[in-house]
Amino acid sequence: MRTWKFGDNIDTDAIIPGRYLVYNDPLVLASHAFEGTRNDFAKGVAPGDVIIGGRNFGCGSSREHAPLALAGAGIRYVVAVSFARIFYRNAVNVGLLPLVCPEADAIPDGDECRVDVDKHLITCGERTYPIEPVPGFLLRIADAGGLIPFARNLEEVDRCTGSQQ
Amino acid sequence: MGATIVEKIFSSKCGHSVRAGEVVMAPVDGAMIHDITGPLAIQNFFEMGGKEVFDPEKIILLFDHQVPADSLAAAENHVFMREFARNQRIHNYDIREGICHQVVLEKGKAGPGEIIVGADSHTCMYGATGAFATGIGSTDMGFVLKFGALYFRVPETIRAEVSGKFQRRVGPKDLILSIAKDIGADGATYQAIEFCGETFATMPIHGRMTCCNMAIEMGAKAGLVPPDEVTYEYMHSRGRTGRVSIESDPDARYAARKKYDVTNLPPQVAIPHNVDLARDVGEVAGTRVDQVFIGSCTNGRFEDLADAAEVIGDREFDDSTRVIIIPASRDEYLKALQTGLIERFVKAGALVEAPCCGPCMGGAFGLLAPGEVSLSTSNRNFRGRQGSADASVYLCSPATAAASALYGEITDPREV
Repeated sequence: MRTWKFGDNIDTDAIIPGRYLVYNDPLVLASHAFEGTRNDFAKGVAPGDVIIGGRNFGCGSSREHAPLALAGAGIRYVVAVSFARIFYRNAVNVGLLPLVCPEADAIPDGDECRVDVDKHLITCGERTYPIEPVPGFLLRIADAGGLIPFARNLEEVDRCTGSQQ
Repeated sequence: MGATIVEKIFSSKCGHSVRAGEVVMAPVDGAMIHDITGPLAIQNFFEMGGKEVFDPEKIILLFDHQVPADSLAAAENHVFMREFARNQRIHNYDIREGICHQVVLEKGKAGPGEIIVGADSHTCMYGATGAFATGIGSTDMGFVLKFGALYFRVPETIRAEVSGKFQRRVGPKDLILSIAKDIGADGATYQAIEFCGETFATMPIHGRMTCCNMAIEMGAKAGLVPPDEVTYEYMHSRGRTGRVSIESDPDARYAARKKYDVTNLPPQVAIPHNVDLARDVGEVAGTRVDQVFIGSCTNGRFEDLADAAEVIGDREFDDSTRVIIIPASRDEYLKALQTGLIERFVKAGALVEAPCCGPCMGGAFGLLAPGEVSLSTSNRNFRGRQGSADASVYLCSPATAAASALYGEITDPREV
């Protein structure tokens, strides 16, 4: 499980170019992920690898194809200094877990990486980095595999139950 | 410690006190879908096991991006949504009424203290009435259609206090472009922006709509103007009686407090290819423009068209510039028609189209060829937004657009 390092302001067009929006299959989208931005990604990525981003990761369009492409590549965690709001929601909704890590810029590319969501830290090589806690409610959606499987098993939602972030 | 208006709206909906940073499952008072994002939202609703929508009365369904259907794919999307509306007993405004955000407000479907979601990023415009309104993706909307609720992270708030009186032919669009420049394209991400101060207290509802509409261009989740007499008067005109009074406490905790003064603010123009690249009009005056577009959810209301007409007078547009004018809704179109504005625009040489998103959608019509330049009263000037990725889009107010259309180049409306 290695890291794939990206910079600031990675937009949804960089994650999945617009010409592939006609596809909805996560595996097809994954085969074009980061095409033109980082061409070794689609072939080299393995299930469980971790994306490392800088500031404002996922900015731009509200298209859900971007997190779907990463989920299709077997990515579970995206770690970044900060996320664009709609990408953050869309990621959780398709079963990815976006993790805010203020020190993400210091994480090297290609490092062996383990994420421990319960202990709020990630370990890359010899170093550990703190991550901000994920609200329990979002964890439950991501654990279910996204909002669609989460909602399929629900008849009603408990209004206004939430969790402190 | 007091609460912000946003914290109060969520607390009121939840029945207990909630604060910025908390994640809550909150009920929504309304949900809007249109012809671009609606089909996927409906598909997700069914994939979530949805059978009947949570409340047909609270769903606003219409077509505005590709109307009348401009392709076979658009026509098929319209048919799919018409059938859904019929089966679910949802009122379908179809292609008749105009741009989604204008129609939601005109039909009285958003009001003070309410939580409204829309599958379109400019849903934040309804904050002009004191609603908490935000744009969401299609999976979120599928969830809303089934449950009538959605999880929200209650946002922190940036307070933008504005003072001063606008110069002649300077207005809300110039103000919001200057605020976007100051806050930046991601400066309000995850946050709400509360617009207040004497300039907003005296600003008519149409100007408040323009400002709240563009909150998303700073990454904000919502933009709001606390309700006051202007709000209540508008709500009454939309058939909504009663007064929901809600405002931030004086000791509320804000993420930031910003102050602006419009007294000396010149007309603003956002240059390609980002909304936060606002410049004083003088810095870009003389730039040739191939197409001028006056319209959109940001600036397609009657008052915007009246501002443009006032600048134009009896003059005609420059021969080498195409001018497209599109009222935001049927109501706004009628007002422009009854007051003679449409006739004046046509005589000046404009193409006046039926209410819809128009060139702002960047796919239906009014596209730009490589190398062409558009000056537009809409909300986004991203690369490729109005056609070719090698075209350029500048953003401005209706007055600046009208003045520029007279001369075929970016022109200061105070000087014509």
